[in-house]
Amino acid sequence: MGHEETVYEALDHAHGGEGHWAFGTGFDEPLAGVDTTVPDGVDPADLGTYCLMLGDDALVLAQRLTQWVTAAPELEEEVAVANVALDLLGQARLLLARAGSVGVLGRSRERATESIPDEDALAYFRDPDEFRNTALVEAENGDFGQTMARLLVASTVRLAVFSRLRESRDPVLAAIAAKGVNELAYHRDHAARWVLRLGDGTGESHRRVQAGVDAVGPLLADVLTATDVEQRLVAGGVAVDPADVREEVRSVLTQVLDQATLRVPEWPADTPPRGRVGQHGPELTTLLATLQGLARQHPAATW
Amino acid sequence: MSAPTLERPAPDETALQQQFDATIAADHRIEPRDWMPEGYRKTLIRQVAQHAHSEIIGMQPEGDWLLAAPSLRRKAILLAKVQDEAGHGLYLYSAAETLGADRADLTDKLIEGRQKYSSIFNYPTLTYADVGVIGWLVDGAAICNQVPLCRSSYGPYARAMIRVCKEESFHQRQGYELLMTMMRGTPEQRAMVQDAVDRWWWPSLMMFGPPDDDSPNSAQSMAWGIKRHSNDELRQRFVDMTVPQAEFLGVTLPDPELSLDPETGHHRFGAIDWDEFKRVISGHGPKNAERIARRRAARDDNAWVTEAATTYAAKHAEAVA
Repeated sequence: MGHEETVYEALDHAHGGEGHWAFGTGFDEPLAGVDTTVPDGVDPADLGTYCLMLGDDALVLAQRLTQWVTAAPELEEEVAVANVALDLLGQARLLLARAGSVGVLGRSRERATESIPDEDALAYFRDPDEFRNTALVEAENGDFGQTMARLLVASTVRLAVFSRLRESRDPVLAAIAAKGVNELAYHRDHAARWVLRLGDGTGESHRRVQAGVDAVGPLLADVLTATDVEQRLVAGGVAVDPADVREEVRSVLTQVLDQATLRVPEWPADTPPRGRVGQHGPELTTLLATLQGLARQHPAATW
Repeated sequence: MSAPTLERPAPDETALQQQFDATIAADHRIEPRDWMPEGYRKTLIRQVAQHAHSEIIGMQPEGDWLLAAPSLRRKAILLAKVQDEAGHGLYLYSAAETLGADRADLTDKLIEGRQKYSSIFNYPTLTYADVGVIGWLVDGAAICNQVPLCRSSYGPYARAMIRVCKEESFHQRQGYELLMTMMRGTPEQRAMVQDAVDRWWWPSLMMFGPPDDDSPNSAQSMAWGIKRHSNDELRQRFVDMTVPQAEFLGVTLPDPELSLDPETGHHRFGAIDWDEFKRVISGHGPKNAERIARRRAARDDNAWVTEAATTYAAKHAEAVA
């Protein structure tokens, strides 16, 4: 029997053998096998809210990066940008599922039917004011230079946070962070390489990526101030204090921007948290309308 | 499109031609460094480029649902699939480059309308069921076309096809699984699936190309071992494979003449609207202009990025030297 006939035969059995299908088609619980008990002395509401902060950052940035698919400069970049978005989507799913597992579902359950898993209830059935992502990830992409500048800043912050979060007293957060650091190190490296090429490329690319860096720089202010929730969890050994990653972030960004012959933007002054407490710009409303539209049209459907 | 002329080698090429013919006759592979007739090279570049373009343009119809996929799991599956298609485009452009073509030049030809891509991608994706039906029918038809190409006489193309086919078969199953899930869902979801099947069935049958008596390049491609089965043979195989899958799914294929011929064991099916096929492939389908416009925008809007990367690489090559 020729090779082609055996392939056809395999296709005829399309109804069985789910285990042989590609990534993502299984129905396993994302947190299967990890001890999901909330550690002693930790308020589940705080823990869930913190998971939403980290999960929403990933979900919103994944959505922004996905906007580049079919619009990227090179086919290699189509693959890379989709890869980064997939990693972030994976992190978002785990974090939202964790928030759901400790009972933090906000108003989403008033709209989502029982058959919809927590991760989707949270992603698709919360309104903008319930999202906890920062301004850094929700801002529009801008051009490719600005997109890479934002990815550099966002992945530098997230890698610094996740590296420390591996020591969290919450075993689920520690496991998610341990998986995430390898991914984030690649994201940061990928973005840094582009910032180098663009900064030290042509006159036009230098001008454009500098404008991108200048646009993204001020958004760091929304990332580096701890909310009350974070402060309580830092005291309990569960969360990372964003103030602790400030120096690492500043040092990495300065190093990359210097080498890219770019000007390091002025470090933003501390401001009270906005995104982390549900205050967002109209760009998040637009982003969520696209993300959530179809799921909300069919609240009783399973996909 | 003109029919290829049969090769008439110059006298000093006779020995090379004989060696090439012997390789084809023995069903061995032609490799990039081997001598090959110009017509073989040109036919392959055209076919491989057209295939690569189809992968890249084929990212768009499903890509239109990436931002709106109705669950995070479906979003991840779709994103991984569209990413695979970019990867397939990359292998195929690389295979074309082993024949002396240049990826940027092929992309320009696509954008300028001088090379074609599969006409199926000029149809719109109206609901999320289209994502499933594209996986089931369009990827299914592509697999029927491509599995024999794993034995194509040109080595790099054949090897690229092996990997492409493995990934396509995942996509087909994922598409079918989405449809199975939707058929178990709400009445609206079931209606969406049937509507999508109604719209994609006939264009899927057109993916195998014109009927054998109207396929000008087929005979030479078969002789060269680039193509292994005729368009009509592959179309029949696809119909026979798909009918039981449709029954299991619980959808009706939109062809009243579809019936099993007990004598041959094959399914008879109705006449295909070849006028529609010709209209769409010549640029007048619902989405032709939009597909090319987006590809053009990706090239033109980011030309400054490509230029910067090239300049940076040159600077650093000098620095190393």
